[in-house]
Amino acid sequence: MSILVIADHDNASIKPVTLNVLAAAKAIGGDIDVLIAGDGCGAAAEAAAKAEGVAKVLVTDNAVYGHSLAENLSLLVADLGKGYSHILTSAGTTGKDFLPRVAALLDVAQISDIIKVESADTFVRPIYAGNAVATVQSSDGIKVITVRGTGFDPVSGEGGSAPVEAIDNVQDAGISSFVGEEMAKSDRPELTAAKIIISGGRGMQNGDNFKILESVADKLGAGVGASRAAVDAGFVPNDMQVGQTGKIVAPDLYIAVGISGAIQHLAGMSGSKVIVAINKDEDAPIFSVADYGLVADLFEAVPELDAAL
Amino acid sequence: MKVLVAVKRVIDYNVKVRVKPDNSGVDLTNIKMAMNPFCEIAVEEAVRLKEKGVASEIIVVSIGPKVAQEQIRTALALGADRGILIETDEEVQSLQAAKLFKAVVDKEQPQLVILGKQAIDSDNNQTGQMLAALAGMGQGTFASEVVVEGDKVNVTREVDGGLMTVALNLPAVVTTDLRLNEPRYASLPNIMKAKKKPLEMTTPADLGVDVAASLKIVKVEEPATRSAGIKVADVAELVEKLKNEAKVI
Ligand SMILES: Cc1cc2nc3c(=O)[nH]c(=O)nc-3n(C[C@H](O)[C@H](O)[C@H](O)COP(=O)(O)OP(=O)(O)OC[C@H]3O[C@@H](n4cnc5c(N)ncnc54)[C@H](O)[C@@H]3O)c2cc1C
Ligand SMILES: Nc1ncnc2c1ncn2[C@@H]1O[C@H](COP(=O)(O)O)[C@@H](O)[C@H]1O
Repeated sequence: MSILVIADHDNASIKPVTLNVLAAAKAIGGDIDVLIAGDGCGAAAEAAAKAEGVAKVLVTDNAVYGHSLAENLSLLVADLGKGYSHILTSAGTTGKDFLPRVAALLDVAQISDIIKVESADTFVRPIYAGNAVATVQSSDGIKVITVRGTGFDPVSGEGGSAPVEAIDNVQDAGISSFVGEEMAKSDRPELTAAKIIISGGRGMQNGDNFKILESVADKLGAGVGASRAAVDAGFVPNDMQVGQTGKIVAPDLYIAVGISGAIQHLAGMSGSKVIVAINKDEDAPIFSVADYGLVADLFEAVPELDAAL
Repeated sequence: MKVLVAVKRVIDYNVKVRVKPDNSGVDLTNIKMAMNPFCEIAVEEAVRLKEKGVASEIIVVSIGPKVAQEQIRTALALGADRGILIETDEEVQSLQAAKLFKAVVDKEQPQLVILGKQAIDSDNNQTGQMLAALAGMGQGTFASEVVVEGDKVNVTREVDGGLMTVALNLPAVVTTDLRLNEPRYASLPNIMKAKKKPLEMTTPADLGVDVAASLKIVKVEEPATRSAGIKVADVAELVEKLKNEAKVI
């Protein structure tokens, strides 16, 4: 068996989730090669070479791979991937964008968002917003898979010394181009990697009030998330949304503030180790998953919490 | 220009599913079904493009059992012009759905195909991307804004770090995210009018597509459930528990 892992990276380094994807690859078993496709991505390739269990790092460094445009990247991965039994990447928005194209080009199914490896052809994945868990078996020659990072404990990012091989394979579909981006700037930890998250919902009333959560977050070194209602109401940007259709998180501690606990929200955070809910409605469904529930007005409880830390 | 929209019949998003006792799947008997929420957004976007004079005709397509006509009729009531149901009682997986849509695209030659980003039953998030690859088209996935300009479409996408805008040659595929628009409700007169709009019936065999799946569902289980913990009396008790019992701060 041979596995190709397409790394998430920002050219300078690999994203932590790549180490979780490598753990999934390790669970399948076999030689693991990592592909770094980017523009000026030499440093990311060096970082990938240090990760545990990597046989070889392939680098394609070219402007056509600069913004991970799915049309170009999928041609590259389908081409290189032909020689492998498994192709894996994380179920982030980049992987979800290009990997189904790869599967279609190879005429195989994609297995989305796996949380467990049963064997080389059998995988476990949540369906129906996590209200059911399916075990699926693939009869395809090449298994194309996105991995939910929170399902796998990361391998070590240090200690390896895999060879790095530059590959000259330029695929430009010529049908799409990058126009611009608006990336959220934050010094707080990324939600999918944060150990502690404090999230606010519609109960926060406005964006300004998120400051009281940020103050707690700063004391705890936490990330700040939100429910869809808070994002839709324009309190905070979309990249903060936790849930079925937002980010899937599993921190050690998740504090839900003014969030009712709709199934679509629970789908994104019920894998957290410890859940705290602060809500003034004692019947809010969030309390049915919370380890510690506090029935209180958040505008009193959160400042008190801040003061107590 | 012609716009093709894919709408899937799924369990209503408010319903909590139950796994069947024999673990063969989820129980859908007597369960409320509805249009996939992301497909409602796709229909709405197409209708807005028509209202702006960008789209000339909206065709809705669904793959599913005969009753999926209901979801097509809903889309027709919201403003689509005609429907196509690819009738099958099989559980069609994403690659096969993409092949069926590709066959319809070849026939209808739309300039824009709009799908939901994900069906809330399978949570696959694949079909639009697969269709785009099979048709050799560009794709704007997880769209929060769609602007057609000449022979290009600019799509703003909701990505993990924020927003990213791409320009795609037409024809192209767009998959919708939640904040693209807020779908309208169908008015009673429009629901009546929709009954008279054309709805073509076809089958995978007619379209020359084999819908046999390569993924087998071995079993479906209930997720590990969390039991509710305790209620704390005040912030002081909460902090004490987090420090000394859970040891997470
Ligand atoms: C297809 C689809 C996908 C979706 N995906 C997601 C997703 O990814 N993530 C997501 O979060 N949602 C998602 N949703 C939306 C979801 O169904 C809920 O509408 C949403 O999660 C509700 O957000 P909320 O809990 O903040 O708001 P509400 O349900 O309005 O709850 C607000 C809560 O705040 C409490 N509150 C108000 N004031 C105070 C106060 N002063 N002090 C204490 N508590 C207070 C109230 O008691 C209430 O419980 C999706 C929906 C659909 C249809
Ligand atoms: N059986 C189907 N009928 C109609 N549309 C579908 C079907 N399956 C997938 N789609 C479309 O593809 C989108 C993504 O589905 P999926 O890739 O299964 O998550 C849906 O929102 C629909 O627009």
